[in-house]
Amino acid sequence: MATEALGWWGVPLAIAAGMMRGGTPFLFVSLGECLTEKSGKINLGLEGTLLMGAMSAYAISYLTGSPWLGVIAAGLAGVIFGLIHGWLSQQPRVNDVAVGIAMIIFGSGIAFFLGKPFIQPSAPQLATINLGAWSSLPPVQSALQISPLFLLGVAIAPLMHWFFQSTRWGLFIRAVGDSPEAARAMGVSIFKVRMLSVVAGSFLAGIGGASLSLYYPGLWSERVSSGQGLMAVALVIFAHWNPIQCLWASLLFGGAQALGPALQSVGIEQGYYLFNAAPYVLTLLIMIITCSPKRTLSGAPGALGTDT
Amino acid sequence: MSNRKLLHLSRRQVIRGLLATTAFGITARFGTGCSSAEGGGGATDQVTMGFIYVGPKDDYGYNQAHAEGAAGVVESFDWVKIVEEASVPETTAVEESMRSMIDIDGATVLFPTSFGYFDPHILKLAEEYPDVQFFHCGGLYQEGTHPVNVASYFGYIDEAQYIAGIVAAHTSKTGKLGFIGAKPIPQVLRNINSFTLGARSVKPEVTTQAIFTGDWALPVKEAEAANSMADQGIDVLTCHVDSPKVVMETAEKRGIFSSGYHADQTALAPKGYLTGAEWDWTSVYSKIAEDIHAGKNLMDGSIPHILRGGLAEGFWKLSEYGPAVSEQAKQDAEAAKAAFMDGSMVIYNGEIKDNTGAVVVEASQSLKQQDPVLEQMNYLVEGVIGSVAS
Repeated sequence: MATEALGWWGVPLAIAAGMMRGGTPFLFVSLGECLTEKSGKINLGLEGTLLMGAMSAYAISYLTGSPWLGVIAAGLAGVIFGLIHGWLSQQPRVNDVAVGIAMIIFGSGIAFFLGKPFIQPSAPQLATINLGAWSSLPPVQSALQISPLFLLGVAIAPLMHWFFQSTRWGLFIRAVGDSPEAARAMGVSIFKVRMLSVVAGSFLAGIGGASLSLYYPGLWSERVSSGQGLMAVALVIFAHWNPIQCLWASLLFGGAQALGPALQSVGIEQGYYLFNAAPYVLTLLIMIITCSPKRTLSGAPGALGTDT
Repeated sequence: MSNRKLLHLSRRQVIRGLLATTAFGITARFGTGCSSAEGGGGATDQVTMGFIYVGPKDDYGYNQAHAEGAAGVVESFDWVKIVEEASVPETTAVEESMRSMIDIDGATVLFPTSFGYFDPHILKLAEEYPDVQFFHCGGLYQEGTHPVNVASYFGYIDEAQYIAGIVAAHTSKTGKLGFIGAKPIPQVLRNINSFTLGARSVKPEVTTQAIFTGDWALPVKEAEAANSMADQGIDVLTCHVDSPKVVMETAEKRGIFSSGYHADQTALAPKGYLTGAEWDWTSVYSKIAEDIHAGKNLMDGSIPHILRGGLAEGFWKLSEYGPAVSEQAKQDAEAAKAAFMDGSMVIYNGEIKDNTGAVVVEASQSLKQQDPVLEQMNYLVEGVIGSVAS
C-alpha cells in the first residue's frame, strides 16, 4: 500500500509509465502501417484490425486461459484482415483509401458483434516483467511493470529499420513502393510483395490490439481503442516512414495520454480538455516546424497512394 | 476486363431491380403499418416500451443497470413488450433509433437512457410524436419549457455514495480518497460531494481527489487516472463513468480499495471492493409500466413529469460489503441507511462551504433530497480537491 504521496514527481512518472503502457498499441500499429506504406499501399483499416485483434485476444485468452494464445489469435485475425485488404486494394481501379475506410467499418462491426459475450467476463492478462524490484516505492514498482509486448515492439523497430536498409527483401519492398516499374523490370512481383507487406503489417496491428485488451487498459469494450488505430496511421507520416522514429512518436503519444489525468491528480484542475488535446497540438507544431515549401515530405514512398 | 463483363448489368435490369426494391419497401412498410394498427386496437392491453442505451448492455455499469431493469419489467408483466437498442451514440443516430422504434415496432413509451440524448434529440422527436411518451434518465426536464409528453426520472443515488463515503473513510489508511468522474455535470458533482460529506461525517480530515476524464467511456484515460491517484497515495477509488470495470480492476491491481457504482462489481475486485452504489431500475420501470397499463399518461399529468426517489422508493441498493470493511464501518453505514429509509437523514444540511471557501448551503438551510436546487449543483464541497471548470 502506498503510504507516501509522490507529489509532483508523480507527473513525470505517470508520463514515463504512460509511454510504456499506452504507447504499445501505437507502436505496433504504426510499425505495421510503416511496413505497408513502404510497399506503396495505404491501410487505413488498421483501426478495425486493432479492434478485431483486441477482441480476439481477449476472447481466446478467456476461453483457453492462456493469454499468449490470445496474442497469437490476435495476430491471425490481423492476417485475415490483411489478406482481404491486400487482395481488394490491388484490384484494378480500386482505391486503397476507400477500401481502408470500408475495412474500419467492417472490422469494428465484426469485432463488436463477436465481442458481445466477452464484455463482462475477466480474461487472464499477460504476465508483466517487473523491472522495479530495486525500488521501495510502490508507484515506481507499478510503473516499471513492463509488458513483454512493449519490449517486443521496441525490438522490432530497429530490426525493421535494418530490414529496410540492409536486406534484399527490404530492397524489394522499397523498390515496389518507390518505383513499381523498376521493380517489375527487376522481376519482382508487385502483387506478392504488397500482399505480404499488407498481411505482415496487419499481423502487427492485431498484436497491438492484444496489448490493449490483455495488458493496458486490460479489458474488451467497444470503446477500448477510441481511434488509436487511426492515430497510429497518421503517426507514420509524422515519423517520415522511419521505423525508429515510429518508436519515438508512439512513446510521445502514449506519454501524452497520461498527461491530463496526472496533472489533475497533483492539483492542476483546469484545462484538462486542453491537456487531453496535447498530442494533437504537438503533432501540428512538429509538422509545421519540419515542413518545407521546397520539397515534399522526405521519406515518402514514391508510389504511395497511386494506382500503379 | 473480365471482371467488368461479369458485373455488367443492362439498363433494363437496373431499372427492374430498383422498382422491385422500392415496391418491396413500400409493401413492407404498409405491412407493419397495418399490423401495428390492428394490434393497437386495445391500446392499454399491450404496452411496447423502447429502451435505448449509449453502450453495450453488459458493461458492468450504467447500461447494464438499465438493461437489467428492462429485463425485470418483462419478467414481471406478460403484457409488456420491450424493444432495445444498445450502443447508440448521442447524435442524430438516436433520433433514427427512436423513429424506427415508434414507426416500425409501435413503441408508445420510450426510455432513451443517456444524458446527452435529451437536448435536442428527445425534444425534437417529442414535438413530432405528441402521442408518444418519452422518459429521460437525468435531471434536464424543466416544467413549462419542455414538451408535455417528456418526463425525467432519476434516483438519489448520492445517498448510496454518502454511505460508501462512510465505509471508505473508515477503511482508508492515508485519509485520501479518489473519485474519477466523466464530466463536471450536476449528477456527477452531487455524487462526489455526497461521497465526501459521508466520509467527513466520520473522519473530518479526509479529502477526496476528483479527476475528470472528459467523456463517459475512455478506458485508457480512466486507467491513467486510477494509476495517477494510486501514485499520489490515494487508497480508496470510486467513480462515475459509464463502465467502472477499468477503475475497479486497476485499483485491484495496484492493491488499493475500490467502491463500485451503477452495478455490482464485487467479482472484479474480490480483495479491495468495499461496497458500491447500485441502481435498482426494475422497481422504477415496473411502476411506470403499471401506470401506463392503467391508462395514465404524461399528457394529462396523471403521471408526474419529474420522477425521483431514494432508498425508500426503491431507486438504489448497496453492494454486499467486501472483506476489508470493519465492523465499525458496517455499523455506521447501516445506521445511515436506516436514517435514509425513514427519511430523517438530510445530506445537504447547512452550513456547507465549497472548496474555495464560499458558503453554498446557509446554516439555516436544510436541503432535502427532493429540493430542485440540488439538481443545479455547480460546486465541489470543502474537502474535495478539484475544480468544476473544464
